[in-house]
Amino acid sequence: MTGTGDALLALGAGDGPAPPSLNGELVFEAPWEARVFGMAHRLCDAGLFTWDEFRQALIAEIGRWEQAHPRGAPYAYFERFQAALEALLTTRGLMANAELWGRAKALAARPHGHDHG
Amino acid sequence: MSHDHDHDHDHDPSSPALRAEALEALLVEKGLLTPEEVDAVLTQYGERVGPLNGARVVARAWVDEAYRARLLEEGTAAAAELGIKGGPGGQMERLVVVENSPSVHNVVVCTLCSCYPWALLGLPPRWYKDPAYRSRIVREPRAVLREFGLEVSKEKAVRVWDSSAEVRYLVLPERPEGTEGFDEDALAALVAREAMIGVALVSGPAVTP
Repeated sequence: MTGTGDALLALGAGDGPAPPSLNGELVFEAPWEARVFGMAHRLCDAGLFTWDEFRQALIAEIGRWEQAHPRGAPYAYFERFQAALEALLTTRGLMANAELWGRAKALAARPHGHDHG
Repeated sequence: MSHDHDHDHDHDPSSPALRAEALEALLVEKGLLTPEEVDAVLTQYGERVGPLNGARVVARAWVDEAYRARLLEEGTAAAAELGIKGGPGGQMERLVVVENSPSVHNVVVCTLCSCYPWALLGLPPRWYKDPAYRSRIVREPRAVLREFGLEVSKEKAVRVWDSSAEVRYLVLPERPEGTEGFDEDALAALVAREAMIGVALVSGPAVTP
């Protein structure tokens, strides 16, 4: 088995390309992935952008990442999804990068044992 | 006292989890969404949308020749006959159903991102989104299918459908032998998501007792 083949199999190892009946598989590996997925769909449903506009942002973001990384580099689809959503909201003027960064820093500064809710 | 190794990432403002939390908080403040609305999307995709919808379409096509013809002719309308509609983000605007046969095997990919007929198949599996699958299935489909455990005979053509236009594809697998007496529900239960993407076949029933 050559390198790329191993890569595909390795990436499948968690959810296993075989056997075929994988319908119960967990598709989100972390809660935040579900939240960004849900946010993108909600904002699309609410008419802030069309799904095709989001798709174009996602294609651009994935393309940028693939240009910047060697084949086989660890790939995190939902990080690209998240970056695409942030970029789309920013270009639409719905949010500024500085706002997001400021809020993330504020959340990071929470004391240990904070209430996640 | 609490030991917080598990939460170290919570103190890195560039971590995806924290950015997602920050983004949701900002969007809520701006009145663009509520956490409950996001929850509702996830409930919809997790529970009400899923590969069972695709399996129902396949099973109907297997038992109803006229439906099969309509499905191959106009996929979106045929899915809607069974109450399956996309809505925004459901990616069902133009569904094209491609049929496997003794001479052709079909397999679906989205080379540019991860377009997928969610309303029929639920959330895409991880490997579908992976760069290795997206690039290799086009270049060497037989080798990739072999890694999924599917050996396609040399006599059979392999067609790879790239979802990167506005089109979403669904593979109509071949009905397995040994299912002659099966009703639609029993047939649908045999159809896994992977068969409708084209990286697996539908197996017949296990040995009956």
